[in-house]
Amino acid sequence: MEPSVKKKVLTVDDSRTMRDMVSFTLKGAGYDVVEAADGQQALGVIGANKVDLVITDLNMPVMDGLTLIRRLRATPAHRTLPILMLTTEADEKKKSEGRAVGATGWIVKPFNPEKLISVVQKVCG
Amino acid sequence: MEDLSRFKQTYFDESAELLEVAESGLLRLTPGEVDSDEVNAIFRAVHSIKGGGGAFGFTELVAFAHEFETVMDGVRNNTVPVTTELVDTLIRANDLLGQMLAYAREGDPAPAGTTDGTVAALRRHLSGGAPQAPAPAAAPAAPPPTPVYADDEDDEAGLFGDAMAAIAAARAEEDPVPPGKLRWTIVFRPRSDLLMSGNEPAFMLRALRRLGDATVECHTDALPNLQNLEAELLHLSWTVTLIADADVDLDKINDVFEFVADDCDIRITAEAPPPAAPEAPPPVTDPVPVAAAVPSAVAVTIPEASPKAPGAETPKAEAARPRPNGGGAEHAGLTSHTIRVDLDKIDRLVNMVGEMVITQAMIAEHVRELPPGEFQELLEGLEQLAQHTRELRESVMSIRAQPVSSVFSRMPRLVRECAATTGKEVQLVTSGETTEVDKTVVENLVDPLTHMIRNSIDHGLEGPEERERVGKPRAGTVHLSAQHRSGRIVIEITDDGRGINRPKVLSKAIEKGLVQPGATLSDEEIDNLIFLPGFSTADQVSNLSGRGVGMDVVRRNITSLGGRIGVYSTPGEGSRFVLSLPLTLAVLDGMVISVGEERFVLPLTNIVESLRPKAADLHGLVGKCDVMMARGEYVRLVYLHQLFGIPGAVADPTRALVVLVETEDGSRLGLVVDEVLGQQQVVIKSLEANFRRLDGVAAATILGDGRVALILDVAGLREMSRHMDSRAPRPPVAALPAPALEPV
Repeated sequence: MEPSVKKKVLTVDDSRTMRDMVSFTLKGAGYDVVEAADGQQALGVIGANKVDLVITDLNMPVMDGLTLIRRLRATPAHRTLPILMLTTEADEKKKSEGRAVGATGWIVKPFNPEKLISVVQKVCG
Repeated sequence: MEDLSRFKQTYFDESAELLEVAESGLLRLTPGEVDSDEVNAIFRAVHSIKGGGGAFGFTELVAFAHEFETVMDGVRNNTVPVTTELVDTLIRANDLLGQMLAYAREGDPAPAGTTDGTVAALRRHLSGGAPQAPAPAAAPAAPPPTPVYADDEDDEAGLFGDAMAAIAAARAEEDPVPPGKLRWTIVFRPRSDLLMSGNEPAFMLRALRRLGDATVECHTDALPNLQNLEAELLHLSWTVTLIADADVDLDKINDVFEFVADDCDIRITAEAPPPAAPEAPPPVTDPVPVAAAVPSAVAVTIPEASPKAPGAETPKAEAARPRPNGGGAEHAGLTSHTIRVDLDKIDRLVNMVGEMVITQAMIAEHVRELPPGEFQELLEGLEQLAQHTRELRESVMSIRAQPVSSVFSRMPRLVRECAATTGKEVQLVTSGETTEVDKTVVENLVDPLTHMIRNSIDHGLEGPEERERVGKPRAGTVHLSAQHRSGRIVIEITDDGRGINRPKVLSKAIEKGLVQPGATLSDEEIDNLIFLPGFSTADQVSNLSGRGVGMDVVRRNITSLGGRIGVYSTPGEGSRFVLSLPLTLAVLDGMVISVGEERFVLPLTNIVESLRPKAADLHGLVGKCDVMMARGEYVRLVYLHQLFGIPGAVADPTRALVVLVETEDGSRLGLVVDEVLGQQQVVIKSLEANFRRLDGVAAATILGDGRVALILDVAGLREMSRHMDSRAPRPPVAALPAPALEPV
């Protein structure tokens, strides 16, 4: 929690455009960003990096976002890791599914940069 | 938003890839056998295009993508049946999506009504496939772009659950609120398991602090004694007094708690300064006290999932190396870190590596003259440099390498269209799509492959009835394959059609004056007539092929890439076209040989071995070429000095060297040379670009001593030597009886 240490955010999305945009926005706000293209990759990245926040898409190949959240929450080390779902699907069903598996919150895309930063600040300082 | 506009290029590039993904998925979508992974992939592609489009404000595009996506969603949920008609509509929708992307890229609005027809068609499928849709679809005049998608936009981030606990708590305030400000009192009592969703109250308090002047009071009354303390549970609650500007409204404060509203008891009250601010927001009295506060004392006793003290366990688990997830995942995570680089930069790099290879060859040339046994360290250093140069070259080349799948993936569509136009039934089978080859080669494959596949369907395959008559399945098969073979990429297009009609080809060639009447040609020679300029066998010029600009253009394209093309046909059983191309167009590993004063380079991949034949191994065939017995096999000898007219070369094979080379089709040739000078990487300089094409020569290069050497094309040499047989004077050993039984 050293303020001088950059917080590291993992963005998980099968769309390169989305990853680039999240990454660019958050780097501009002083965060470190690592990327993964699906849930399986994300688990690998988290295995190799200490991340402070995960922002994940839901609908992805190989391993979807809900499975990723479930897998992370099943690991003691990640029980309190903030996880935001980033998705275009704004319906309540997805949100409650996300909530049920342990998501911290969600952002609906298309997001605007300020909104993204403010939500990220809210969940990881 | 303008910050994000820099990602437009990425977006368009990615969308182009996604369109291809969707298209190839759609082409594989067959009524009756729906692969849900496939459907999901198509859905995701459209979904991603829509998502990105939304970020850049391409509303028309997004509205259309939404329609498309809705139908795909229906297919995904089995509510929209997959019919041939649906697939056609979806393919059209995919094309239109590509057009919409093009408009968006140019910044032009799409012409009015561009999407109307397709949207109507899409909606017809949504309404259960009924031919005429009821009310909503029957309104093509009013395209409803934005409203359809509005559901996604109004709610950029939100709360779990819909209830906001905000109760007016009467709290007498003695301090006056400064004018123009509001005093908020926020009582925040989270449930004890709040941390388990990854939420952290400290950050929320900080977020409140960003809204104004906050005083935080912490309540520790629910704190259990030490031995009952669970590190992952929360026992604190807070009261925050926030003095904020009037523009901070309830929404902004609620926003702070958006993710935890269901897990907390939150009461928010506002108090305006007594006299001023007549238009201050009305006091907040949302009276719904949902999420009744769970008493913290109760929560503490909730048994934890893990019986051990989790606080002690956490760091250890984090440090533990082997993770439960798959072993390859960590590497997979790294592969996603890609960058997009301008091709020019890579080409510059390739060029530099080329120059470096030449420089290195030059140094090696000079070092060869040093007295042996001296400068040992220098030599070792140079050896390392050589190795690093090789690795650098391979790394740089691998940057440019691409799988041929980008070309292959275009073919299903082509086949579908050709099949429709010709009324034939065609099944395309592809294999080896992941074979990698230089980007330039990949790009230049599109046209030849397109033409050849058209040709196979149009000329090769029979119609379904004719096929049935000859006992073949109604649907013809075209097989497209790629593989690496001896340092080149070999692409084959095989069809199970009628094969090349040799009598017809021959008479056509005679008719066009390409062959002398009465000439006797071998089957192979007749087959190869189709590559002659101006040759076309189609009785009538069809839309697909048969304009007579076909196979000769294909062949020219392929040879200009340093490739070769061959055809093998069996009447009644089908034809096979074989393309062989170099993997890279920049550098090759070669063997430098000398013939007289000349230097040549032989591609290393062609070389089998080099040997000095004994007289007993050599045989002359009467009226034909010389052959040599090598490893139990007769090999045709080619005298390079004769072929290229080089004086002063060693003409007697028993005093010269024979380099055994192998062509792609496996046939061998013995090249008679003076000396083999050494192996070296050479930079390929195109002869066509700098001089002109020469038979038997693939390209040129610059050697370490600065002289130009020609890179030999082995298959070309074989062709040349065949022609030489009939014309050239007999080589010196031609007089040898065959077989010579001379003791050595």
